[in-house]
Amino acid sequence: MIDKISASVEAALRDVPDGATVMIGGFGGAGQPSELIDALIAQGARDLTIVNNNAGNGEVGLAALLKTGRVRKIICSFPRQVDSQVFDGLYSAGKIELELVPQGNLAERIRAAGAGIGGFFTPTGYGTDLGKGKETREIGGRMYVLESPIHADVALIKAETGDRWGNLVYRKTARNFGPIMATAARLAIASVHEIVPLGDLDPENIVTPGIFVHRLVKVPRTATGPAGFRQAA
Amino acid sequence: MQRLTREQMAVRVARDIPEGAYVNLGIGLPTLVANHLPRDREIFLHSENGLLGMGPAPAPGDEDYDLINAGKQPVTLLPGGAYFHHADSFAMMRGGHLDICVLGAFQVSTTGDLANWHTGAPNAIPAVGGAMDLAIGAKKTFVMMEHLTRTGESKIVERCTYPLTGIRCVSRIYTDLAVLDVTANGLKVVEIFNDLPFGELQKVTGVPLID
Repeated sequence: MIDKISASVEAALRDVPDGATVMIGGFGGAGQPSELIDALIAQGARDLTIVNNNAGNGEVGLAALLKTGRVRKIICSFPRQVDSQVFDGLYSAGKIELELVPQGNLAERIRAAGAGIGGFFTPTGYGTDLGKGKETREIGGRMYVLESPIHADVALIKAETGDRWGNLVYRKTARNFGPIMATAARLAIASVHEIVPLGDLDPENIVTPGIFVHRLVKVPRTATGPAGFRQAA
Repeated sequence: MQRLTREQMAVRVARDIPEGAYVNLGIGLPTLVANHLPRDREIFLHSENGLLGMGPAPAPGDEDYDLINAGKQPVTLLPGGAYFHHADSFAMMRGGHLDICVLGAFQVSTTGDLANWHTGAPNAIPAVGGAMDLAIGAKKTFVMMEHLTRTGESKIVERCTYPLTGIRCVSRIYTDLAVLDVTANGLKVVEIFNDLPFGELQKVTGVPLID
């Protein structure tokens, strides 16, 4: 019987190697798999390359991982936020490498990796500092920049509900990078708040088919908190 | 020289957004436009973190931080709205499916180059987000900004001195003094606010304008 369910987050994260490239889902706090990140911190892998839209908020989750000093490089679109003090400190001190990628290029590079695409031409970034040094081509009278796929060793994503085959559905805008990151990693690990029997998920509504998911683990449901913006006093 | 307030600017931009338009409002000043869209028009607001049919902020106490906008603030979803992942969201943008995006700016050039993501200051931490995708993706890119910097320099320039977000991507500029179209012949004045004489506008802008 195929059962991709791990008994604990520790079991799910047991074999992340040093030097791994780890994709972490989420846009600010929404979709950030905090329990899996905490387990990665406890597991102790170092010299990591992290792929995320942001670079951590506050002192928890991704920010806490950065604080351990075990992240060598981060690939993201929007590191600087009102509550990104952990990243800001590391970056200013030269202790973390940053590859800044326009958000749509980040998404498409992840999608391309998952879809077996070796590279793609995009108009985004042409003529800007972030397109500098890259191959360009005129296609149909418009200029494009060649971008490469981003593959990962591990993806940590947060979904809402799953089954033992790894089929997933998400919740609202917490979906964000989850479905594409699952496709781009050799080992995709999802946290879910609910595990249902096979057949209970409506097959018309499954967002990530289980073929992309290698392990899932149930974590208690907690409300997502605010992150990444200045709250009115 | 009497300038429009930020709210008045938002009202003016909102007036130009037609029924049925798919629209992305950038972070900052453009976000205000949502509050002034004419209520008799159905307009689809897109947020790049994965929703279409974005509604207003929730009532206090009803915030759900799994339902946020690109500025990571809590929002609501209108009936008929949809969620999707990031690659689909940027396909909507890059694929030319959005009709209008409204962006803030540090500078816009006379040919429609846009600078809005980075001041280029040596110790500034760069962050780009979806700015470059937005600038080149929508059918029309509107810029909404104060006409002058705090020190009185024109933000409309011959060539941007800040790092570029996109080249030749802006179609219309809304400022607190005027509305300008970027045309093949140069910047054409569409409207000047508060009876400012053209000559005065020309003088403070510093680059040639077409009356």
